[in-house]
Amino acid sequence: MSSYEDLDPLPLILGDQTYSTIDEQIADVVIDQKRHNKKTWFMPIGIAFLLVNVLLVTVGWLLYQGIGIWGNNIPTAWAFDIVNFVWWIGIGHAGTLISAILLLMRQQWRNSINRFSEAMTIFAVMCAGMFPLLHTGRPWVAFYWLFPFPNILGIWPQFKSPLMWDVFAVSTYFTVSLVFWYIGLIPDFATLRDRSTNKYQKYIYAFLSLGWRGSAKHWHRYEQAYLLLAGLSTPLVLSVHSIVSFDFAVSVVPGWNITVFPPYFVAGAVFAGFAMVILLMIPVRKMYGLENIVTMKHFDWMAKITLATGLIVAYGYTLELFYGWYAGTKIEHELLTWRMDFFHKPYSWAYWMLILCNIIVPQAFWNKKCRQSYFWLILVSLSVTVGMWLERFVIIPMSLMNTYLPSSSRMYYPTIWDFSMFIGTIGFFIMMMWLFIRFLPAINVFEVKDLLHKMHVQKRTHKEEAVATTSGGTH
Amino acid sequence: MDTMDPTPKPKLDLEVVRERLSNAKGRHYWRGLEEIAETDEFKNWLDDEFPHRSTLLSIDRRSMLKYMGASLALAGLSGCRGLFLPQTKVVPYVKAPEELVYGKPLFYASIYTQGGIAKGVLVEQHEGRPTKIEGNPDHPASLGAADSFMQASILCLYDPDRAQNVTQSGDISTWETFVSAARDAMKKAGPGGVRILSESITSPSFGAEMARFQKAFPGAQWHQWEPTSQDNITRGSQLAFGRIVNTYHDFSKANVVVSLDAEFFASMPGSLAYSRQFTDGRRLEKPTKSMNRLYSFESMPTITGIYGDHRWAVRASDVENIARTIAGGVGVSVGAHGAGGVDASAINSIVDDLKKNRGSSIVIAGQHQPPVVHQICHEINAALGNVGSTVMYTEPLEVQPVVHLDSLKSLVDDMNSGKVKVLLILGANPVYTAPMDFKFADALKKVPFRAQHSLYDDETGGQCEWHLPEAHFLEAWGDARAYDGTLSIQQPLIEPLFEGRSYAEVLSALRGETTPSYDLVKSHYETGDAKVFEKEWRRWLNQGTANVPKSAKANVSPSGSIAAPTVIGQGAEIIFQLDPTIYDGRFANSGWLQELPKPVTKITWDNVVHMSPATAQSLSVTDEDTVELKFNGQSIQGAAWVTPGHPDNSFTVNLGYGRTRGGTVCEGMAEENLGGAVKRDPWGFNAYALRSSNAMDIGLGAVVQAAGGLTPIATTQIHHTMKGYDIVRSASFEKYQEDPTLKPENAEDRQELEKQSLYPDQVFSYNGPQWGMTVDLNLCTGCNACVTACQSENNIPVVGKLQVKKSRELHWIRLDRYYVADENRDDKNLANPETVFQPMMCVNCEKAPCEPVCPVAATVHSHEGLNQMVYNRCVGTRYCSNNCPYKVRRFNYLNFSDNQEQFNTQVPPAAREPKAHGIELLRMLNNPDVTVRGRGIMEKCTYCVQRINEARIEGKKLGRDPLDGEIITACQQACPTKTIVFGNIADKDSQVSKWRNDPRAYRVLEELQTRPRTSYLGKVRNQNTEISGEAGA
Repeated sequence: MSSYEDLDPLPLILGDQTYSTIDEQIADVVIDQKRHNKKTWFMPIGIAFLLVNVLLVTVGWLLYQGIGIWGNNIPTAWAFDIVNFVWWIGIGHAGTLISAILLLMRQQWRNSINRFSEAMTIFAVMCAGMFPLLHTGRPWVAFYWLFPFPNILGIWPQFKSPLMWDVFAVSTYFTVSLVFWYIGLIPDFATLRDRSTNKYQKYIYAFLSLGWRGSAKHWHRYEQAYLLLAGLSTPLVLSVHSIVSFDFAVSVVPGWNITVFPPYFVAGAVFAGFAMVILLMIPVRKMYGLENIVTMKHFDWMAKITLATGLIVAYGYTLELFYGWYAGTKIEHELLTWRMDFFHKPYSWAYWMLILCNIIVPQAFWNKKCRQSYFWLILVSLSVTVGMWLERFVIIPMSLMNTYLPSSSRMYYPTIWDFSMFIGTIGFFIMMMWLFIRFLPAINVFEVKDLLHKMHVQKRTHKEEAVATTSGGTH
Repeated sequence: MDTMDPTPKPKLDLEVVRERLSNAKGRHYWRGLEEIAETDEFKNWLDDEFPHRSTLLSIDRRSMLKYMGASLALAGLSGCRGLFLPQTKVVPYVKAPEELVYGKPLFYASIYTQGGIAKGVLVEQHEGRPTKIEGNPDHPASLGAADSFMQASILCLYDPDRAQNVTQSGDISTWETFVSAARDAMKKAGPGGVRILSESITSPSFGAEMARFQKAFPGAQWHQWEPTSQDNITRGSQLAFGRIVNTYHDFSKANVVVSLDAEFFASMPGSLAYSRQFTDGRRLEKPTKSMNRLYSFESMPTITGIYGDHRWAVRASDVENIARTIAGGVGVSVGAHGAGGVDASAINSIVDDLKKNRGSSIVIAGQHQPPVVHQICHEINAALGNVGSTVMYTEPLEVQPVVHLDSLKSLVDDMNSGKVKVLLILGANPVYTAPMDFKFADALKKVPFRAQHSLYDDETGGQCEWHLPEAHFLEAWGDARAYDGTLSIQQPLIEPLFEGRSYAEVLSALRGETTPSYDLVKSHYETGDAKVFEKEWRRWLNQGTANVPKSAKANVSPSGSIAAPTVIGQGAEIIFQLDPTIYDGRFANSGWLQELPKPVTKITWDNVVHMSPATAQSLSVTDEDTVELKFNGQSIQGAAWVTPGHPDNSFTVNLGYGRTRGGTVCEGMAEENLGGAVKRDPWGFNAYALRSSNAMDIGLGAVVQAAGGLTPIATTQIHHTMKGYDIVRSASFEKYQEDPTLKPENAEDRQELEKQSLYPDQVFSYNGPQWGMTVDLNLCTGCNACVTACQSENNIPVVGKLQVKKSRELHWIRLDRYYVADENRDDKNLANPETVFQPMMCVNCEKAPCEPVCPVAATVHSHEGLNQMVYNRCVGTRYCSNNCPYKVRRFNYLNFSDNQEQFNTQVPPAAREPKAHGIELLRMLNNPDVTVRGRGIMEKCTYCVQRINEARIEGKKLGRDPLDGEIITACQQACPTKTIVFGNIADKDSQVSKWRNDPRAYRVLEELQTRPRTSYLGKVRNQNTEISGEAGA
């Protein structure tokens, strides 16, 4: 009985659309490469490229000098490096959630945004992956000693270490996300192949489409594979960030050893991920005229998820305070003061900024007008993105600065290289996103067509039902 | 490879051979079957030694190219050596030294002198290379302990900045050139024109050489100058006895000690022995009803005052009045005097306590206190009958005892009047250390021929035409007396690394002889039959003390007349003190000592203007604020430092900083400007610039004001109180009698905790030794000896001020210092807080939080309970450090381990010229038994696992486990007070087990269930109940 129209009168695809108009709108962004040769594409990618160079210089200097170029010290042995790692992994969360969980829940609205957010996931995980490797003292051995490979010395990694679990969690997540993304791209590659007029484009897309002909058998196999992968990646959504949170939760560090961390981290990740999708989708939608396919309704729903996960995160913060108080130990009380005493403790501004960004500002999304206004969407998403970074800053270096023995509590100050590494990964991320928009279909063509089909069918059945009701009243 | 053999070898045809053999007649020698076969192949063989060699013609093109490629590649490989691989030469001993076993260190007894006075050392030597300095248990001034100065002197041996060549105006010259130039100048100088300026010297053989020198150059005068405040003691002795005598104490017999600003745990020649003797009176191993007691009146807080039972923060200039009050109390007539700002009833109680302990008490004055205070102490000790039991007098230790200030003054006057034609400075650095009103540098310029003979080409060397390299004490023979007059021979361990010579050798060379230092010393003592003496001599060297009479006992009694107090001025007080780590500045080029946190303030690499919290408040300054300090018409700028326990309206500055010449490390932070010019910013400020001959130690009328701006100071501890945690337990002696556990009310009960634990009690059920350590905080004075010992033993690099500021110092032992304060009081309002020290190193938890979090299993547990660090496996995730509640793990954030470059963190490589002919001197310092850790690796205390292994191997040879006391960790060994005990806790009879089961024993953070193997014993203070609590230490 229920249909989209019944629940929400706003349709998911606007305008008078046919399959070919959808092809034109999405695929032509890729087929017609001339569309990109203007400032709107070159400006962002130019800036991003500069930042990638900053990243390369930073990594070069880092490998040459050692991680002493950062501000990390004893007791604060983890700081920006792990903050950035967790932040990027969190951002990478929306992709899988949208692709897998929403697919299994048959949320058709995901079709317009899943490709984009999956790409975002992959690039965010790439950014995240740089940090755990480069933050080690000896990355030249860390890159393979953490993997359990048989060797003549008979030395295995320490399977009890959460960092070991991280290696599995993140690499699995990356692999599954990549495969999932690629499988979803195959029918679209075929569409691009068919629509290409340029010889090289045709060859490349033909190669990538793996001989897709769109036969019923292909579709059958495809649907099965896609569903299986969705099933496979669903637990990953929960596991990856749970495991990342174990890095902290299993330790004895005050401020880290909190049992609420796994769900709280997962919620935070989804929160940050959706904020990032909103933040990136708005300019892309504007630039490439995709307003009909990514509608305000999509933003509205994404905003709702942001609000919901934001509330879970707020609950997490409350629990942190509660645990700190309930633990009844001096060190936990000390930590709360250290985080919250705005007038005496040097980094307490970070805590209060985090409360502002992650709890107070997102409350705007209770208001429908805010959920559908560019200004508020951008403001809240930016605020959440900053807030989630600060959350990790509050958890990681700020907990470490405050130690069990007061004699070893020392201050941590980041250096220019901490910032350049972070900004550099942002540049890398933006560059990858913009290359993605130029060379791959940023929106899932066939799924939108599928959605259109279903909408038509629904409309038709609606009409039929209406007809049946009126005509069959006499039955 | 078939191309190697282009002509296939023809097969031997056995039929043909048989045929030929059957045809042969007579005796026929054949060389092989082939000969008989007379094959072409054999003929070839006979013609050509290498019949099958390939010729260019027989090799095809492809093979030719292959061979060429291979040979080129191999030729290239030989070039790799020297570029990628270290160029090493291994040369065996042609004649191996006696007792040498490769890989086994040898130990030699020698002495280390400071201010001319000896402390016995044992020097560890690996294949001819001295690597570590330890105390000599047979020497009275060491008793097996070693202070930081002694231990760090090994770094000086290998210091690439040490003077290496004879230089004339900066150009390299030779000893011969110098000697002939100097002899010419001396011949022309005439009587009184030749002067020698040395530091304090107690060496009898040098004295004899000096006598020979003065005979050869009649009228040559010997002056002495030490910037330390030894003069006060000397003049105090002159006031009391009319002549100079040496005073030393025996704290083992003292029940009550009153310290008048005396830091007898650290800055005196007998400090190591004093520390042992005094703390022996406080050991609580057996139940005891009595304990010795220390009252101290102190200006700048020192480890002695902090350790004591009662401490009053008094201005240094008030100490004299306190001394007079006490003297009056014990019956010495002292005339009218002020009160000294201390409650009279407290002093009465002290006097009562002293009177009760006649003959077993000591009143001792600090060396920066004026002579009259020393005189008063002599009077008090005489009145209390302490002389002969706790206070001893001997003839002076110095060869020529003088008042240094007068000696230097007469030299400066003569230099100014042009009398001095030739000046040879032995060791001293007067341009830097002389009182500023002497204007030594200006006077020095008036001397036509001036030479300095010293370890470093320092400020004085810069003003001298000639600079001569001095031999390090491990490079030359010598002798010196210890604080009690015991004579020892200084035995070198290595040929001079450079062109260094000893003082006596220089004088001998100037006389025209080239007697080596060995002969100069040995011939001084040689008597009787040479063979008998040789035996005796070897015995002296073996035991580290010479079997010659000590300095004779001086039978003196004080005159009894004490001059009336003199008013020396008014206003704020300035106190000049020797630096606790770099002394008078002579150790400024030692990275170990620069980076060693000052015992009380935990400052590294700098000196500061110490002031009390109240004074700082009145000046509205706080730590690191730049202040201007004006005194004597001079002004300097330095960082303010709020020092709890410092008296109000008084400022203490440490000497020795602000060095401008004398090595890369001491010259301070370098910044490379654009264009490569190097700008130097010296560490700290030069307090000598304010020090004049009339206010050498204490001056009144100093003006301090905020100068605006910050002077960054690197300290290793920024929080000062325990914030109410149960970290260091301390209690009064009375409370200890009631409850020997000293447990604070809020402490959790260990037994209760263990009951709650889900883990089994016995975590390690291995049937073998289980290592553990116990530290008795009641004995720890906080003197830093263990920190340097650990640094020396475990190849711990120096990181530099910037890195300390970033909290990356690598010391494995931290000496945590806490002010025991009401947790509600602010840190800075501590006027005279009770202070405690706690050595904190890896406690080797049985359930170590660091172990499960390492992803590569680089830190693992041994079956003997050690928390081991596998350096080669570490990838540097630093997770272990995060998860360590004690924060005792240290990380190599940069490449700190390369000792040769270790100071480059602040000095650009260009500023450090390659010296020592490309030999990386500082690498020779490393202990070969300990891995040198590279960049990106975590490190920590291992309970000196290399020493455990050595003892285990020795034990295995005898088929047993190491015995109790066989393993001595480096920190334990250096400790003057035997605070640390290490051993097998599974052995119920071992000392460590006894300590571990002492009622006072507790483990830090045991509520975390880490089950540390290191336990601590609480501190007990024996306070006089008659004195109200507020003046307590």
